[in-house]
Amino acid sequence: MSGARDQIMGQVRRALGRAEGTDDARARDAVDARLKEPPRGLIPARVRGREAEELGRLFMEKALAANCTCATVDSLEAVPDAIAEYLASENLPATVRTGDHPDLAAIPFDRRPVLTVSRGPSDGGDAVSLSTAFVGAAETGTLALVSGPGTPTTLNFLPETEIVLLRRSRIVGPYEDIWTHLRARNAEAGSMPRAVNLITGPSRTGDIEQKIELGAHGPLRLHILILDDL
Amino acid sequence: MQATSTRFKQNAREALDDPQLQQALTKMKAGFVERRARARADLPEFDALRDQARDIKNHTIEHLDLYLERFEANVTANGGHVHWARNAAEARERIQEICRSVGARTVTKGKSMISEEIALNDALEEDGLEVVETDLGEYIIQLRREAPSHIIAPAIHVLKEQVADDFRLHHVQFDKARPLNEPRELISEARQVLRRKYLESDVGITGANFLIAETGTSVIVTNEGNGDLTQTLPKIHVVIASLEKVVPTLDDAAAILRVLARSATGQEFTAYTTFSTGPRREGDPDGPEAYHVILLDNGRSAMLGTEFQDMLRCIRCGACMNHCPVYGAVGGHAYGWVYPGPMGAVLTPSFIGVDQGGQLPNASTFCGRCESVCPMHIPLPKMMRHYRAREYEQGLAPPATRFGLDIWGFVATKPRLYRLATRLAVGLLGRLGRARGRLAKLPLADGWTRHRDLPAPEGRTFQDRWDAMGGAR
Ligand code: SF4
Repeated sequence: MSGARDQIMGQVRRALGRAEGTDDARARDAVDARLKEPPRGLIPARVRGREAEELGRLFMEKALAANCTCATVDSLEAVPDAIAEYLASENLPATVRTGDHPDLAAIPFDRRPVLTVSRGPSDGGDAVSLSTAFVGAAETGTLALVSGPGTPTTLNFLPETEIVLLRRSRIVGPYEDIWTHLRARNAEAGSMPRAVNLITGPSRTGDIEQKIELGAHGPLRLHILILDDL
Repeated sequence: MQATSTRFKQNAREALDDPQLQQALTKMKAGFVERRARARADLPEFDALRDQARDIKNHTIEHLDLYLERFEANVTANGGHVHWARNAAEARERIQEICRSVGARTVTKGKSMISEEIALNDALEEDGLEVVETDLGEYIIQLRREAPSHIIAPAIHVLKEQVADDFRLHHVQFDKARPLNEPRELISEARQVLRRKYLESDVGITGANFLIAETGTSVIVTNEGNGDLTQTLPKIHVVIASLEKVVPTLDDAAAILRVLARSATGQEFTAYTTFSTGPRREGDPDGPEAYHVILLDNGRSAMLGTEFQDMLRCIRCGACMNHCPVYGAVGGHAYGWVYPGPMGAVLTPSFIGVDQGGQLPNASTFCGRCESVCPMHIPLPKMMRHYRAREYEQGLAPPATRFGLDIWGFVATKPRLYRLATRLAVGLLGRLGRARGRLAKLPLADGWTRHRDLPAPEGRTFQDRWDAMGGAR
């Protein structure tokens, strides 16, 4: 197998004029520099230099366009009521599967006893999940969720209805700003999370005669609760 | 998959005579083209972003060895494994070994063109594994035992009535009288059937749209979420990706993602873009316990440093085929192998040889639309011309073509003769087509006139008109 690696690499190097023994210091420097300080690409004007308020508005507009629904809450205390109302309005069962991320653990569900809340990953038997977003990118109404002990990835894909909590202070403009937050997190954690899910609306397919239908394999509904923490 | 690209002409003729296929293709064309145009209009920077995407890939390809080294090191540092494969057989063997090592019985798969390229399903099935495609389009064609006919919409050639028939035939567990008239009903049924498969699966295999050197990450882009269920639920996640999928950084991936969905489906962004790095971490409540990346060459490194190097920028968006008049007329199967349309006309001879795929570069009118919509600015027509030249040089062009080209060559190098011949031909054709301005039938050009008219020339030859205008001033 190392034979395969050497042969492939050898052929690539020869084709690029970097055969064994040639000086490739300049190429190495260029690569090191790019990886160490990734250059930022062209940022679309729609999110360039925008204030938080504008970004919040754009995020909602784009999320709605991607078939999400959105609501705002002004504190974690208000989350149980907001969820109960949403589930009732959609005629959905009042049960929620969630993780134990600090924000999720701090929600006082006992105030709304009609909601049945359980915690942990999903095994496919849950109708509704509640996750928390790492950040949201206004550019296209995209949520970024990261895997971790308190944020199971299965909650993002198995239940038919997914509710995501997003702090307004974590709404950024372009995707590049997701990476800024992610690199800061990684520096602290020591590595990338296993999974970073960029989610823009519920699951969909156009595979049958190009007619777009929601809820192909993942969630049919994606409801975003924006927590006003600014 | 056994290539039938050498039979392109015959395949194309059959496709043109297939009414169901023609109906499906008509539905397809308008959708993709309109949606892309709208997405492009909604982002004023779109063309500048295309230039940037091209530059990122060019930089990466010029430093491919170094970025692959970093990618490999970072996968390993995060607890994953990288396996290098020179060709399809090696890639299949690595994956078979991984499946055997855990005693796998069921394998679920996200959509991967490379898995088609290496004919992975057949190999796994020979090992007694149940292999389940989870992308709805792939699932449909798996049931039909067909090959994909489009790289992002594999079942685009199938009508919903045909899907309903397939489901009735294969999903015997459901009531025979159930309604399956609407896409919604078909999708719910597929969802129900595949749910079970995800949960039972031992190994999840996905492709990758990008590999990120900076972090040792593989990226998949899906709308259904099937790729995510495929890679999250089983114990093992295997990624199969070719060398040129690597990009330097997260920023570079984001920059290219901005043009990918817009070019492919006309969406601003795909529903799910997932970045996977290594297996489940300590304390993680879910995710695979092992993470493998198969790095496949299979002809890529041989394109480096040749006139086909630019093709390695391809991000498999499908825009070139969506806008191609030939693809739009004959569909994907006529191309006879995994990659159809203009990109396939370049990739097929590159990967399986000019003798096998050399016919495909002829399946072009050189109208140039593919290049003009390609987000990576790949000069597809130029590369097809290179292959035409090679095909001719190697004596593989069919005798009729060679005879025709030889006559043309003889005449074209003798200016007086050329003028006389073209003047006669143009005059004759002009008279024949005077009434409609088009010719519905023409001896020797039956291949053209059978499915469309030939515009009749109007009056004089180019050279005569040029002279009349004062010639080369
Ligand atoms: S050649 Fe260009 S347009 Fe065609 S699939 Fe590749 S990137 Fe897309």
